[in-house]
Amino acid sequence: MRKIVFGKGTKLSRRKFIVGSAAAAGGGLALGFHVPLASAQTQNGATEVNIWVAIKPDDSCVIRIARSEMGQGTLTGLAQLVAEELQCDWKKVSTEGITPARNLASKRAWGDMSTGGSRGIRGSQDYVRRGGAAARLMLLQAAADRLKVPVAELTVSDGVITHAASKRTLRYGQVAAAAAKVTPPDPKTIQLKDAKNWTIAGKPLHRLDTKDKLNGSKVFAIDLKLPGMLNAAIRKSPVFGGKLKSFDEAKVAKLPGVKKVVKVHDNAVAVVADTWWHAKTALDALPIVWDEPVVATISDAKIAEFLKEGLTAATTNGDRKNGDALAAIQAAPKKVEAVYSTPFLSHACMEVMNATVRLTADKAEAWVPTQNLEASMAALSEESGIPLAKCEVYRHDLGGGFGRRGGTQDFTRQATAIAKEFPGIPVKMIWSREEDQAQDFFRPISQCKLSAGLDDGGKLVGLHVRVSGQSINAILNPAGIQNGRDMRQLQGYAEQPGDAQLGYAVPNLLIEYAMRNTHVPVGPWRGVNTNQNGVYMECFIEECARAAGKDSVEFRRALMEKFPKHLAVLNAAAEKGDWGKPLPAGVHRGIAQFMGYGSYSAATAEVSVSPQGKVKVHRMVLALNCGHAVNPHQIAAQVEGSVAYGLGATLYGECRVENGRMVDLNFDTYEILRLAEFPKVETVIVPTYDFWGGVGEPTICVVAPAVMNAIFAATGKPVRSLPLKNVKLV
Amino acid sequence: MAKLNINGKTRDVQAEADMPLLWVIREIVGLTGTKYGCGVAQCGSCSVHINGEVQRSCSIRLGDLKPTDKIVTIEGLSPTASHPVQRAWAAVDVPQCGYCQSGQIMAAAALLKKKPKPTDADIDAAMTNICRCGTYQRIREAVHLAAGSETVGKRSSITVNGKNI
Repeated sequence: MRKIVFGKGTKLSRRKFIVGSAAAAGGGLALGFHVPLASAQTQNGATEVNIWVAIKPDDSCVIRIARSEMGQGTLTGLAQLVAEELQCDWKKVSTEGITPARNLASKRAWGDMSTGGSRGIRGSQDYVRRGGAAARLMLLQAAADRLKVPVAELTVSDGVITHAASKRTLRYGQVAAAAAKVTPPDPKTIQLKDAKNWTIAGKPLHRLDTKDKLNGSKVFAIDLKLPGMLNAAIRKSPVFGGKLKSFDEAKVAKLPGVKKVVKVHDNAVAVVADTWWHAKTALDALPIVWDEPVVATISDAKIAEFLKEGLTAATTNGDRKNGDALAAIQAAPKKVEAVYSTPFLSHACMEVMNATVRLTADKAEAWVPTQNLEASMAALSEESGIPLAKCEVYRHDLGGGFGRRGGTQDFTRQATAIAKEFPGIPVKMIWSREEDQAQDFFRPISQCKLSAGLDDGGKLVGLHVRVSGQSINAILNPAGIQNGRDMRQLQGYAEQPGDAQLGYAVPNLLIEYAMRNTHVPVGPWRGVNTNQNGVYMECFIEECARAAGKDSVEFRRALMEKFPKHLAVLNAAAEKGDWGKPLPAGVHRGIAQFMGYGSYSAATAEVSVSPQGKVKVHRMVLALNCGHAVNPHQIAAQVEGSVAYGLGATLYGECRVENGRMVDLNFDTYEILRLAEFPKVETVIVPTYDFWGGVGEPTICVVAPAVMNAIFAATGKPVRSLPLKNVKLV
Repeated sequence: MAKLNINGKTRDVQAEADMPLLWVIREIVGLTGTKYGCGVAQCGSCSVHINGEVQRSCSIRLGDLKPTDKIVTIEGLSPTASHPVQRAWAAVDVPQCGYCQSGQIMAAAALLKKKPKPTDADIDAAMTNICRCGTYQRIREAVHLAAGSETVGKRSSITVNGKNI
């Protein structure tokens, strides 16, 4: 029985999660350019020039990828960056995924495999480009040796090395074997190409991974078939923290295909059968008794009340301040005040959580759709008791990730626990959609109270922001909370530049976080806390602008003089979004800007609200400065995707809690945005090429506030809670 | 034992009459291009053609099917993956993760069979499958492209420092 139902800033350690599996997997980041393996020959007949590049005799280049691909396009972008420096023929490029066992055996030569936080490109661009450049230099040296000319006299283009003076050429495939024996250059001495000279990177090239997504031949982990494989369906206590008390195996033992009913940990039960359909059918028929904890009485209203208390509580868990906001607001001639709220949200990846595990006495193997292959391997090792050196996790591209498949690895642990009961036999565990909706690590619920003071000229002189809500660090990364302060929940409100800086200068500012942890597990959800914090800040700034009688863009610009990058992106969205220009009757415009993941975002939305209160979003223009634009076509795909994910959440998304468990277990009540509701989206990329920012997550934080501000413009009333389906707009 | 006609081949299927066609296709026949997404006919990841109509196979029972029903899965849409919808999907780079795309392609192929030149409203009405990556704008564009419509090349507006790409 849990003693603490709700925690106020206390460490809530319900389970020990391996979050920083990098540490568990051993070794720091080693930027190797030479593989410490016996042979440079790889399995596919290619010669490994260095760890990032292998070349076949026919000149085709195999570029190694360590990060996970879940649709975000990182695989293609990373290949473009390597190919840019390698100067190979893009038409002859293919990719090869590195497994975590291979990375571990090479002392983590390929670096961090974790794929989250929009770090896939920006977190590896430097060393993969140096890898491509080192390979090029080695190939050129090998050619110089062969031709007996100084290397400086050689040029290379599309993988063809030319010695102009003697009119001789060599292809990469002809010198790869010799190049592999050349002493690699010191990576630090390598001069990388300036982005303005890029010919492969920076171009809107087609993705490399489309073909098998069109004919059904792509094998996702859920599609895996292995000889003798069994299938498992699982149910964990629907009330978080509940335990498995008993189940009546005899009632299902004779149902078709059933092999065994397995207790999983102390909180779940799985039916293992020949097919997953048989396993699921038997699980649905299985009588299960749960030992339900005291939280089984908790519902939404109680959680809302608990969070509300945090809006005015005396102590907080992190803040930033300058001046005296409370006094400035108190003294201001005009005051604005509002309370906002946002709900729990599930990820709802189209491919439900699943994992296949095969355990033998001296080997553990797993096939997992994962955003962190090393975390999956660490979980496999811990749960099976088989040392890391005897573990392997095979790569499968993910059917969506969105933050769900990162550090937690709860599904990998469950599948491993089930497989322990079937030594030598692969067992594929698949969650039903209902299980997936019930057992997520949800986007944190929060509320926010904002107060502002305006002077007689309508200038913002004081701003107080108090966020009250659940902490991701408290459950997944307690080390991220220092001295009771958890600044991650104030993501997007940072004073320091670089990652998620608030783009407004307010003379008297106080931003605070009050941690209120419910029993519902929470985790990162595409955009993480920039989603909620973007809504609070940008909708409230809109309220302030209107109270001041100012234009939304002008009011913001006045606060942004010290933030030229934020401002430039706001201006780009305003310009392309036709700010100030007339709209069709009944259509209204809203705007928002925010920063996250090292990138600057802004959006305009054109929205109408019907007399019945139905919202229609007609057009959105999103501007993004992500520093370097590696593939504009894929950046636009991510921007469009962030609109679908963010707008669906704005209109419909909520995961309700009743009697301690989740209520919305499938897409009938957890509604997802569909094509007919998708607005015309225009992507305005304004890279400044002086930094590297993220792409997958940044723009989602401006989607909801731009739409909400357009509704404000349409109805004259601010919208202060989500989802919109619960709000009476007219 | 039931007989099913899948992708032009008659297959003997040993399964209970209440087994959904989706799981018959995936687990008995072994064609895994047809995906499980929700099991309640909401998401469309399991879309197949039955006698030319797009259907959500998670909600059709084996016992409801006759040996003469012509079932086509994504694997059977075209022997060389060269159906106009597949070609358009490749040209526009529609897929992101790709998980829902088998269903999207089957839905689009069925739409074009009925309406060779669909309007945006036709696409809105027919393309109701869920995509969590948010490929909807490109799906719309690719359907028009597959239909050979004049909107071809009218790409979703993307600019880099003011230049259209």
